[in-house]
Amino acid sequence: MLSNLLAIGPELALTATVLLVLIADLLIGDRPARRASLATVAFAGLAAAAAAFALLPDGGPSAFDGMVSGDGLGRFFRGLFLVAAFFGVAFGALSDEIPARRFGEYTILLLSTTLGMCFLVSAQNLLMILLALELTSLPSYILAGFRRGDRRSSEAALKYVLYGAAASGLMLYGFSLLYGMAGTLDLAKVGPALNASAAGGSVAIRAGIAVAALLSLVGFGYKIAAVPFHQWAPDVYEGAPTPVTAFLSVGPKAAGVAALIRFVVVGFGASVATPPAGGLPWPMLLGILAMATMTLGNLAAIPQDNVKRLLAYSSIAHAGYLLMGVAVGTPEAIQAIALYMPIYLLMNLGAFLAVLAVRAKTGSETIAAYRGLGTRSPFLAVCLAIFLFSLTGVPPFAGFIGKFYLFAAVLKAGTPFFYIVALVGVLNSVVSLFYYARLVKALFLEASPTGAPVVAVPFATTFLLAVLAIPTLLMGIWWSPLASLAAKAAGIAE
Amino acid sequence: MTIGLPQYLVVSGVLLALGLFTIVTRKNAVAILMGVELVLNAGLLNLVAFSRFSGNLDGQVFALFGIVLAAAEAVVALAIVLQVFRAQRSVDASKASDLKE
Repeated sequence: MLSNLLAIGPELALTATVLLVLIADLLIGDRPARRASLATVAFAGLAAAAAAFALLPDGGPSAFDGMVSGDGLGRFFRGLFLVAAFFGVAFGALSDEIPARRFGEYTILLLSTTLGMCFLVSAQNLLMILLALELTSLPSYILAGFRRGDRRSSEAALKYVLYGAAASGLMLYGFSLLYGMAGTLDLAKVGPALNASAAGGSVAIRAGIAVAALLSLVGFGYKIAAVPFHQWAPDVYEGAPTPVTAFLSVGPKAAGVAALIRFVVVGFGASVATPPAGGLPWPMLLGILAMATMTLGNLAAIPQDNVKRLLAYSSIAHAGYLLMGVAVGTPEAIQAIALYMPIYLLMNLGAFLAVLAVRAKTGSETIAAYRGLGTRSPFLAVCLAIFLFSLTGVPPFAGFIGKFYLFAAVLKAGTPFFYIVALVGVLNSVVSLFYYARLVKALFLEASPTGAPVVAVPFATTFLLAVLAIPTLLMGIWWSPLASLAAKAAGIAE
Repeated sequence: MTIGLPQYLVVSGVLLALGLFTIVTRKNAVAILMGVELVLNAGLLNLVAFSRFSGNLDGQVFALFGIVLAAAEAVVALAIVLQVFRAQRSVDASKASDLKE
């Protein structure tokens, strides 16, 4: 019993933190240092969760009768989410879009989303996956619509919730069919049972499995904003408050990717190295989705003038790169995804932090507001340029290392189809350079509009920018500690 | 005719189709949510039917959780619809189009 509770230690600590923040929110009332004190409570809670995380056994057994997996994949991503939650709370405290009066509310919802994400990556049972996915989604719908009087924020929430509810409904239907055909909800048994019945079964059985698996895929595809389930993403990312967008673009997306790995690779045992699992050519299917996702994301990003929308499409493109790794499904590919995720977290959060800082001073999110920022606010501009170049994946930034590992894993798959996938991926990186460079050009090569305000960055923002930018630079030249952590997550022995 | 598993599956298939049709064709946000409820209930019906005919109780437990989940989702979704109505005086999802290319 105790070992079960230890296995969900970080989640218990997060739950306690949510309750503590709720109580603190009531007790503090309208004091001036409201944001700082609530953030302190949240940070203390996150530190407790991190301590519980450190106590987790490495590659321990699954807990609660196989509901919660104790493997390296879940452990790695849970650690990542605690970091994401830290930045999420910090961004909220810095943003003018989250009023001090409602900062407690924001923190509670954000930590609840984190709780859902933590459960999602270690869920090893269809019921757990669905519940954790909903626990991730429901607070994030509210977060997207956080600015109550704002038409755009409300609209973002409406689009998010309508797409999300439909996707989770279809996913539930898919799961019900999987349960019917496999006779169990345990993911470790569902895959083998389906593989067995697909091998000896009729066309009807195989079609049933295919329909069930594809319907389940809708839920994951929606969460990571993969084409063709991506339509909500640009609108939600543009309309939601900037700290929320920053968090949504890394947290739930990473959780969705990890859950997809568990569902497809661990559950069905699908990878290029194995025969089609459950009668479905997973590598081919996911590879096509990956190519469609990155191509659409990158092409649609080119004409964008709103930087938040541009980054939304860029994050769709990054979901495509990650899907490429899921499609390959080998331990090397999972290691590459696990390596890519923390780097993506740093650079994407960094880019959004810069957007947040510019918006706080100019009130604008368009590229025009970034013109000549290199002279008006050199530190901010240099940091933003680092994040953008890293997102493109040019050396010597960390993004290059992430992409290098991913493409290496895809090429190692060694089939003609994956050579094409890798080629499309490389071409896409070139396309992405175009729109990232457009923003960098506005930063340094274009003159400031007359009367443009000097963007004086508050100390806390400068500090966080440095915290995000230094590892983005450092991991571009010294990535072996992260690579060995990622190898552990993928279950590769050193 | 005895009622067996296939009959339940047909009913749930029809529910799923009606739900999807509602989601795709309706413009009113509340009607779309009703379509979502149909899809959810189609899945829940499947779970209970499979559970009943296989003697394995997991499906019924899942259905219980699913009902609670549907309720929670409806609460959040309707709250958001209400907020949109306050901002735009309409719950027409196709009219909420400040955010687009």
